[in-house]
Amino acid sequence: MDAKNLKVVNKPVIKMDALGLACGEPAFTDDVEFKGLLTGKILWSPHAHARIKKIDVSAALKVPGVKAVLTYKDLPRVPHTTAGQGYPEPSPYDSYTLDNKVRFVGDRVAAVAAETPEAAKEALSKIKVEYELLPAVFDTFEAMKDGAPVIHDEEDSKNIPDAKHNIAAKFDFEVKNGEWFKEADFVFEHSWSIPYLQHCAIEPHITIAHFDNTGRLVLRTSTQVPFHVRRIVAQALKIPVKKIRVVKPRIGGGFGSKQEVLLEDITAALALKTGRPVKLEYTRKETFISSRTRHPAVCRMKAGVKKDGTITDAEMEITLNTGAYGSHALTVMMCSGSHTIPMYRVKNNIRFIGRSVYTNLPVAGAYRGYGATQGFFAWECLMDMMAAKIGMDPVEFRKMNYIKLGEGSPVFKAMGEGREGVEQVITSTGLFEAIQKGSDEIKWTEKKLKYAAQSGPIRRGVGVACMMQGSGIPEVDMASATMKMNEDGSFNLLVGAADLGTGSDTILAQIAAEVLGIKTDDIIVTSSDTDITPFDVGAYASSTTFISGGAVKKTAEKVRDMILEVGAKILDQKKEDLRLEDGKVVAKDGASCSLSEVANTSLYYYNQHQITASASHFAHTSPPPFQANFAEVEVDTETGQVKILDYVSCVDCGTAINPQLAEGQNDGAVLNGISHTLSEAMEFSSNGTPLNASFRRYKIFSAADTPPVRTFIIPSWEPAGPFGAKSVSEIGINGPLPAVANAIYNACGVWLFEAPFTPDKVLKAIQKGKNKGL
Amino acid sequence: MKTGIIETKKGFFEITVAINGEKKELSVKNDESLLDALRRHGWKGTKKGCDTGDCGSCAVLLNGRPVLGCLAPAVTAHEGEITTIEGLGSVRAPHPLQVAFVEAGAVQCGFCIPGMILSSKHLLDRTPNPTEAEIRKALDGNLCRCTGYVKQVEAVKAAAQKLRGKGKRARA
Repeated sequence: MDAKNLKVVNKPVIKMDALGLACGEPAFTDDVEFKGLLTGKILWSPHAHARIKKIDVSAALKVPGVKAVLTYKDLPRVPHTTAGQGYPEPSPYDSYTLDNKVRFVGDRVAAVAAETPEAAKEALSKIKVEYELLPAVFDTFEAMKDGAPVIHDEEDSKNIPDAKHNIAAKFDFEVKNGEWFKEADFVFEHSWSIPYLQHCAIEPHITIAHFDNTGRLVLRTSTQVPFHVRRIVAQALKIPVKKIRVVKPRIGGGFGSKQEVLLEDITAALALKTGRPVKLEYTRKETFISSRTRHPAVCRMKAGVKKDGTITDAEMEITLNTGAYGSHALTVMMCSGSHTIPMYRVKNNIRFIGRSVYTNLPVAGAYRGYGATQGFFAWECLMDMMAAKIGMDPVEFRKMNYIKLGEGSPVFKAMGEGREGVEQVITSTGLFEAIQKGSDEIKWTEKKLKYAAQSGPIRRGVGVACMMQGSGIPEVDMASATMKMNEDGSFNLLVGAADLGTGSDTILAQIAAEVLGIKTDDIIVTSSDTDITPFDVGAYASSTTFISGGAVKKTAEKVRDMILEVGAKILDQKKEDLRLEDGKVVAKDGASCSLSEVANTSLYYYNQHQITASASHFAHTSPPPFQANFAEVEVDTETGQVKILDYVSCVDCGTAINPQLAEGQNDGAVLNGISHTLSEAMEFSSNGTPLNASFRRYKIFSAADTPPVRTFIIPSWEPAGPFGAKSVSEIGINGPLPAVANAIYNACGVWLFEAPFTPDKVLKAIQKGKNKGL
Repeated sequence: MKTGIIETKKGFFEITVAINGEKKELSVKNDESLLDALRRHGWKGTKKGCDTGDCGSCAVLLNGRPVLGCLAPAVTAHEGEITTIEGLGSVRAPHPLQVAFVEAGAVQCGFCIPGMILSSKHLLDRTPNPTEAEIRKALDGNLCRCTGYVKQVEAVKAAAQKLRGKGKRARA
């Protein structure tokens, strides 16, 4: 199968919300007015680890305009997770809406609601807190030692595997087919590390809580997971789900940081306390410190290889820093192995050792790439080390070993997300073509040869990395959709799927339009309103195209069947002889009737009924998209400055439902990865205070910084996906760290193990190399 | 020299500004940023991404030049002309730059787009046929985390071509 005969799918249909956004139409959470809206603000902990001995809010309550001040004494104590995951969440229940203990600089202490932002700020300054300071721990390896400060010493937290050693999650797994490293001619072992990294969605986190005319609580919120928000707020505040409506307007980017119940619980609590609408929005600084981050990681890998290029053994030990709370602690850790180790065939033995560890630092969570970013940095650099040792071209070495069509991996079954995975084999791949295309575009062979003989301080190099990801969480993620037909032959499509700027509303409409033989203009999409749209787990795990797309396709097929039923009556033909095409029901003999005639017949004339259907979809497998990335770099060996000259990213996402939007997804993912590679890291003082919580000091790439990023879509056809589609959104972020590290090695013969590759680190590595006589 | 700013009540001033071609009298706080004042008076297209002058989401044109609304005190706009994204074009009658951003696929989440389009407008007003480097420099103050800037640069190129082709400058 291929996408040749498709009419709407695989076409660059214009993103349906783009014009309104480009014209500044009020679309985001904060773009509507609420009468009597109060400003919510949170008092943050100035200490990394402390118990609240006394808290006095009397002076704060006296500030004119202050309507509520909440502390842990005012709220039910309900252990829960802020991770917006399916129920029961695999993350530990270690968070409380407000607690009598603070666990990092930037943890919640109290919350206020006031008539003006000024009054709210003044009230915060008048809350008197007496802290009992506790020893803090900032290093994961220190935190696991006997006698380390215990960050979660409370008795009521749940599902923490080893609170005494600050272990928020652990998972070990081994496939053993013989003695470890016995067959290997060479064995390599190194550790790669990634620092605290921020999502930097340009819209800060924001929630407005208000009441409808029946007194129900409405949460208008910038979230990727509206249905999980409803469930978790209900749980944390002990109110019934039916009393809450969650509305997701347009979202100003998420990248995982909004797969989290960050503000909704406390904003709801303030609204319930005051009976007034309340807005709580993070400042940029708060977004840096008190939202979520990527899990910093140390990934040790040990692997063996034979002279002929066979990989014999692979061991990955990853230690993630989950910060003060274990949001996504287990699942990110498991994905760092499950999305990476299967990339290459390992002949004999595989071992994975994973730990997520509490420290008194900001809280890590979901971040585009979801562990695979951490894992692939190690695995893909190690691949180049092995290739160098056995004298094989890194591209040829990868071609020899990557997972092929029809092949599986014991890892798929052993490691899922927070539980056992599913058995699967690769049912679609364009990786070979992706590698070929990338090699051609970067001029791999020619440049390898050219750069082999360089002299002088400026050196150039090329590097490669291959990656995979998943498409949704198999047998966990579920999505649903509803369609109904209108008199003019248009349709409402209601989806729970959360478009956070990705264009999912548009691509879901394309899928429905393809089934119904219409244009996307005839589909009105409503997404993510828990009162109106059916359930969807939300926008994460690269699931929307594959899972939500599957639900939309099934729904549209049901609707098509109902239309044909009515069309058969109108045309007096057999249903089997009819098809939908260009907005009409068309018979084999050429007779036809318009969809509007079908709609009017069903609504007003014959066997009256609304043509409408709903369907749900979940999947038994998670077909991986694949990528080959190529970087060309220039290294100034005197200053350590690394410049990316060209970056080619070839992506196999099955059928790209909308190639233009798919390219955009990948361009953005790649640049985020490049920015991680060369620039980004959160810095902390010795007492755990973040030092660079601003765009001025935490530098993300701007238009002028950005090197050429060239995305190429390599088509394949995934039989389990809607019209052959797999996921595209996350995978691209995993490539730049290893591709650039490998290119730097090619340029000047040194390996980098610690992101980001800032000039000081590069220079140090070059000096170290020189000392070794490189 | 700005004249005639009237303090209406303590800490509030009445400023006279032309917003998107319409003369308005706005009550603004003495320490209020232009961004907050515009949003408070209903111009929601101007976005707050950082409030520290680093992301460019709040860019508006003041007397034809881009300013960061979060850093500019609202009172400095007195007797000035402001163009916000709403003034450039609308869904019914979009500006060629808005159309170009949409057609190029340059709008993902869209939060940075108003500022980016206004920066582009300023560029094309002065440089109708910009090089890629000039475009990237003009957009340098507008951070975007979604797109990698690839399609936004394409959009500005396409808009420039279209505007040149028409033989007239972009509407104010």
